[in-house]
Amino acid sequence: MDKTIESVAEAVAGIGDGAVVMIGGFGGSGAPIELMHALIDRHRQTGSPKGLTVVNNNAGNGHVGLAALIEAGMVAKLVCSFPRSADPRVFTEKYLAGEIELELVPQGTLAERIRAGGAGIPAFYTPTSYGTQLAQGKPVAEFEGRPYVQERWLKADFALIKAHVADRHGNLTYNKAARNFNPLMCMAARETIVQAAQVVPAGGIDPEHVVTPGIFVNRVVEVPEPQQEELLNRAGATYP
Amino acid sequence: MTGTTHDDIKLSNAQIAWRAAQDIADGAYVNLGIGLPEAVARYQPPGREAIFHTENGILNFGEAPPEGQEDWDLINAGKKAVTLKPGAAFFHHADSFAMVRGGHLDVAILGAYQVAQNGDLANWSVGARGVPAVGGAMDLVHGAKRVAVLTEHVTKKGEPKLVERCALPLTGVGCVTRVYTSLAVIDIENGRFMLREKLPAIGLEELQSLTGAELAVDGTVADLIVPEF
Repeated sequence: MDKTIESVAEAVAGIGDGAVVMIGGFGGSGAPIELMHALIDRHRQTGSPKGLTVVNNNAGNGHVGLAALIEAGMVAKLVCSFPRSADPRVFTEKYLAGEIELELVPQGTLAERIRAGGAGIPAFYTPTSYGTQLAQGKPVAEFEGRPYVQERWLKADFALIKAHVADRHGNLTYNKAARNFNPLMCMAARETIVQAAQVVPAGGIDPEHVVTPGIFVNRVVEVPEPQQEELLNRAGATYP
Repeated sequence: MTGTTHDDIKLSNAQIAWRAAQDIADGAYVNLGIGLPEAVARYQPPGREAIFHTENGILNFGEAPPEGQEDWDLINAGKKAVTLKPGAAFFHHADSFAMVRGGHLDVAILGAYQVAQNGDLANWSVGARGVPAVGGAMDLVHGAKRVAVLTEHVTKKGEPKLVERCALPLTGVGCVTRVYTSLAVIDIENGRFMLREKLPAIGLEELQSLTGAELAVDGTVADLIVPEF
């Protein structure tokens, strides 16, 4: 078994128009910048993919990564908890112009919906958002005397993931708080595509240290010294 | 209601944070909301160790690193670079919010636009205009054993932030247990604001005039004494 592939271009080649794509990260931490930029490269060359639904905690920052994906006009809908950042202009302008749809989800509900999608649980109840605008239209039920809101699973066609170390079976570790949504999204996508700073042979990660077991991963591409959104923005970078 | 007196005598943000920090017990697991509540971590009473949680997957993080030594994979929920203390742990987002909703946090301390006397909190949206954003606010108000609010007593225009009913969109229903303001410490009990402490420089009547709902008093009201800094 060998899930490794040679290039980020090859890694994202199968993502088509209208796909639902989960993208890991919390702000720039754990964001797979190189995979997103490869998707933008393909769009520039072929006009595809477009009309994407993207699931991410945020809505991009500056003009790189997710912000660049939105700026390129590739995203029709965003599912996120916090579409604000130090420089949120790209998303804000498109949203206020009615050019991008937003589904706003409380952060813990977003995480649990993704987990549920990966775990085969179609719906669950949470106290979060009860009595607020974000619970409107959702079923409510009482358990042990308290009201809870029903939420549904969230699944994707593809997940773009940033890992620290991967082995050839797709077992993954992450770097510090770059873990965030990444392990959940690995579970919830039909095809999970991982960029890892280092790819090692099977056995190169202590089984006690594996965070995401390879069963949740389909493709792994090595991206040594991956870019960080925060540093790109401080340098005033734009993509392309 | 001019707000002039309020501005002259009120506690600074750091002083409100100091007061809130005095109520955090040794060994407590605590989440501090983005902004004003973040300062609470700086005023831990000596000899007590609290463990701070951040939504994006760290327990026991510490202060910001010196400039130039940031690791941008090591940030807090406000996307600021942090450091780790001995005994820190990383976890993914679903585990992080299991800690929140599952009743594992001892205290969550949040900011507020408005708090109602029944414990309703509005702190995520000021209305329909602009881009709505909620983050973890609606999760954090559920599950922590105590949900406290840190806030100015009145808005910049001098309008009460403690009200009978929130006019702004709610973050959570009946969730707040204690409010630390720039003038007072107030518990929420049985649908009422129960005044526990107030600055010695303000009279009960004037404090009431700056509050949008009745302040109840149960026994004595202690002086709110905070160091100068």
